[in-house]
Amino acid sequence: MFYREAGDFKTSYTADSQTFPIKFDRYRYYVVLAVAFGIIPFIINDYWANALLLPFLIYAIAAIGLNILVGYCGQVSLGTGGFMAVGAYACYKLMTAFPDISMFIHVILAGGITAIVGVLFGLPSLRIKGFYLAVATLAAQFFLVWLFNRVPWFYNYSASGQINAPERDVFGIVITGPNAPAWATYLFCLIFVTVCAIVARNLTRGSTGRKWMAIRDMDIAAEIIGVNPLKAKLTAFAVSSFFVGVAGALFFAVYLGAVEVGEVFGIQKSFLVLFMVIIGGLGSIFGSFAGAAFLVLLPVVLKLIGVDLLGWPTDIVAHLNLVVVGALIIMFLILEPHGLAQLWRVAKEKLRLWPFPH
Amino acid sequence: MPEQLVFAMEVTLNGLMAGVLYALVALGFVLIYKASGIFNYAQGVMALFAAMTLVGIMNGQVPFAHLINAIFGTHVHEFGWSVPGFVAILLTLAVMVLLAWAVQRFVMRHLVGQEPIILFMATIGLAFFLEGVADLMWGSEIKTLDVGLPQGINLWIDETTFQIFDYGFFIDNLDIVATLIAALLVIALVAFSQYTKQGRAMRAVADDHQAALSVGISLNFIWVMVWSVAGFVALVAGIMWGTKSGVQFSLSLIALKALPVLMLGGFTSIPGAIVGGLIIGVGEKLFEFALGPALGGATENWFAYVLALIFLVFRPQGLFGEKIIERV
Repeated sequence: MFYREAGDFKTSYTADSQTFPIKFDRYRYYVVLAVAFGIIPFIINDYWANALLLPFLIYAIAAIGLNILVGYCGQVSLGTGGFMAVGAYACYKLMTAFPDISMFIHVILAGGITAIVGVLFGLPSLRIKGFYLAVATLAAQFFLVWLFNRVPWFYNYSASGQINAPERDVFGIVITGPNAPAWATYLFCLIFVTVCAIVARNLTRGSTGRKWMAIRDMDIAAEIIGVNPLKAKLTAFAVSSFFVGVAGALFFAVYLGAVEVGEVFGIQKSFLVLFMVIIGGLGSIFGSFAGAAFLVLLPVVLKLIGVDLLGWPTDIVAHLNLVVVGALIIMFLILEPHGLAQLWRVAKEKLRLWPFPH
Repeated sequence: MPEQLVFAMEVTLNGLMAGVLYALVALGFVLIYKASGIFNYAQGVMALFAAMTLVGIMNGQVPFAHLINAIFGTHVHEFGWSVPGFVAILLTLAVMVLLAWAVQRFVMRHLVGQEPIILFMATIGLAFFLEGVADLMWGSEIKTLDVGLPQGINLWIDETTFQIFDYGFFIDNLDIVATLIAALLVIALVAFSQYTKQGRAMRAVADDHQAALSVGISLNFIWVMVWSVAGFVALVAGIMWGTKSGVQFSLSLIALKALPVLMLGGFTSIPGAIVGGLIIGVGEKLFEFALGPALGGATENWFAYVLALIFLVFRPQGLFGEKIIERV
């Protein structure tokens, strides 16, 4: 009833192969874009931007990136935090070295640098598989964080060892630093999220994505039918790291403004993004958004209920948060291993028949 | 004898001792992995949980005191008694067995037949859950643990080496005790799995689940037992590390240190865990000693992983792991 596929006729190949072939999906997508670009920037304030929208958008990029690697190509990585740190530090070095160049270019270049680092650490994936690879990516995580902590060149020899984002603008509008208006930072991140999501969506339904999925389902079989595992795995690492690097750059430059690498990009960050991907749904772009939204919202909601409503001390609520996240992950893996994205698919199935289910 | 060489010897000895402690954690992983094919990321948090429970019981803390106080507005903190170390260890062991049962009943039973990577992620979830529960139960402040193990410099080694090399080695008594206990534990585990009925059943399950089922071995019972044994190993590791550096969150990170040990030794081999632990322990201490100052220090954070990574590229199944055979 609400979700109809009938009566939606395609008369050309272009129409048939568009991103959202079903009319309802397409209109929903346009409406979401219209609200995100046309309405939210006018009503946004600092609290909403910093507590919810910015982290959601940035984590969504990171989750899409990790989902490409884990969900589409089947290479489990626990090095996301380290790669985000690469993006952040690359962005910082670029911002301070070339202050006149637009932030857009800095963030994209930071993503490119992260992609190169990602490919380097992805090389062992040709020999190592499964758990062993997951543990091997921990090498990237710990080594990179150590590197940014110990080599002063990366933080420009600052006394505190932190990096602070200087004020930079895009077309005359301040984007980074404490004086950036909420709507500008929001729009800046939103543009990246939109482009990344479109790129990811089209990559994963094209030949590259099919090669990734073939590798994921069974790499030896894929190799026999003519998929080059070297190319497929390394492109997955490159694209995934690019996204993660962009997320890291935005996380540092636009969202936090100042970063201490061990605290912000530690192993916990890697797990957080991995959880977003699991809870959202492995191998689904929509799932990445859903997972990011869920895990950004959860602590905020728990804090609202626990601290503001019931008046409990913050440390208890923080511990409860851990318990709830852990329990949710186990529950999702038991009840719905395909995550929120699968719930959405089931809901669509139900909506298609509603209110006459037989 | 040149001074550098003597220092290097001391570093090596200390590395061996640290390696034994890594191996102790790695053992817990190997046990569960062998018996159920689950890579239990929560092993480190189990060690933390065990150590916190032990301290809590010894000091007579009220479990969930903070939560109870927050909900009911009361002010309970302690029962006002203290339990002797040995009894507290037994009680903690009971808690760990209960935990093993709960994990098996509420988590693992529902995930039978899932892909290994899903099981791995479930244990990461379990790790978060347990960490939160441990903090809620006993509070998250740093605690000291003292069950009466000797601590401090071993004077005998100090004096003997001073007579030989003109330089006294610094070796902690606790490390020596830990090494002895770890050795005993390994012998006990090997004897258990070779000579007892339950141990043999455990090995049968590890070999082939279905064949074990068909000869009348209860998978549920074996898994609860394996998780209990892993809980026991976690308790021992928790006591050692907790006495050494205090019971605090960083204790759970030793699990991450045990991972490269496992990768070196192979996931399925008990001797591998020990040899891997020794290699990593000595390797990282010597690397820090030789190159640490030049590289900016704290290389221990990553050396083990990079070593394991390079090693795996040449031998993907680890030193003693079973050869990986893949078929389409």
